[in-house]
Amino acid sequence: MKFGVVVFPGTWSDRDCGWVIDQVLGAQLQYLWHKDADLKGCDCIILPGGFTYGDYLRTGAIARFAPVMEKIGEFADRGGLVWGICNGFQILCEAGLLPGALVRNASLEFRCQWTNLMVERNDLAFTSQCADREVIRVPISHGEGNYFADPTALSRLEQNGQVVFRYCDPTGNVVPSANPNGSMHNIAGIINKRGNVLGMMPHPERCSEPELGGSDGLKLFRSVAEGAIKVLVS
Amino acid sequence: MIARVIVTPKPVVNDPQGITVRQGLVTLGFREVSDVRVGKYIEVSLDVATEHEARQRVEAMCKQLLANQVIEDYRFELEPEGRRHR
Repeated sequence: MKFGVVVFPGTWSDRDCGWVIDQVLGAQLQYLWHKDADLKGCDCIILPGGFTYGDYLRTGAIARFAPVMEKIGEFADRGGLVWGICNGFQILCEAGLLPGALVRNASLEFRCQWTNLMVERNDLAFTSQCADREVIRVPISHGEGNYFADPTALSRLEQNGQVVFRYCDPTGNVVPSANPNGSMHNIAGIINKRGNVLGMMPHPERCSEPELGGSDGLKLFRSVAEGAIKVLVS
Repeated sequence: MIARVIVTPKPVVNDPQGITVRQGLVTLGFREVSDVRVGKYIEVSLDVATEHEARQRVEAMCKQLLANQVIEDYRFELEPEGRRHR
């Protein structure tokens, strides 16, 4: 199982993702530069958090035109696993690989805090190690994580079961007080219809070891790695 | 040719910046202010032969990069280079 972690100018969570893959999970790690036009045989591509191109114009707006993104689009079309975290989620929306957009937090504040997430789907390559409707604790760190989609796109997401994570309270109630940024329907993460492109604002790579205050994030990395093993065996 | 592009959040998109600016104005005593929307102003200089061509090119720029049509509306006006005021 080989994970590719994409590095753009301004990416800042690449080494955190790399550490989890390489040191905690023990999987193969390949950093990919934004100018690369080859995904180097990676099985899962991660677009990590950060401020690509200084968030100029809009978050993710410039990054989506990087040479590597064209290859990632083709990879996703072939069913390859693509995982956007924080800024990576914003890039996937700008690139049209996921519906909707992420706008300024309703509070106008940059929010860096722990959140609880209701795992709405555990039948996906990214969440298979989570229990059914498990609540996981994962931190957020963003100023623009307020998920917006027009009413048609939003009802389509809900009908297709494309909402993967929702902000909730510690006991799993999806309530407005647990919503840190004003996202519609408390949405923290969504997947494309085919189930191979995931975008999420919270940072699983920052909670994948007990030393960091929690290791729920590792369940997601492990899901991807274990899923790949199952495919190899079957 | 100069294109003056204005990008605004769509009416259906919540604009927390606009709400906060409105509150600020009301606090300052501008009680007549009922709504504020905060957008972007982008000035693009371009070398084109005709206004028609400029219009087509700027339209394409707005669609592909300058605005995200999921959340934003855009409009622009064109001005010959010589009349540029700073």
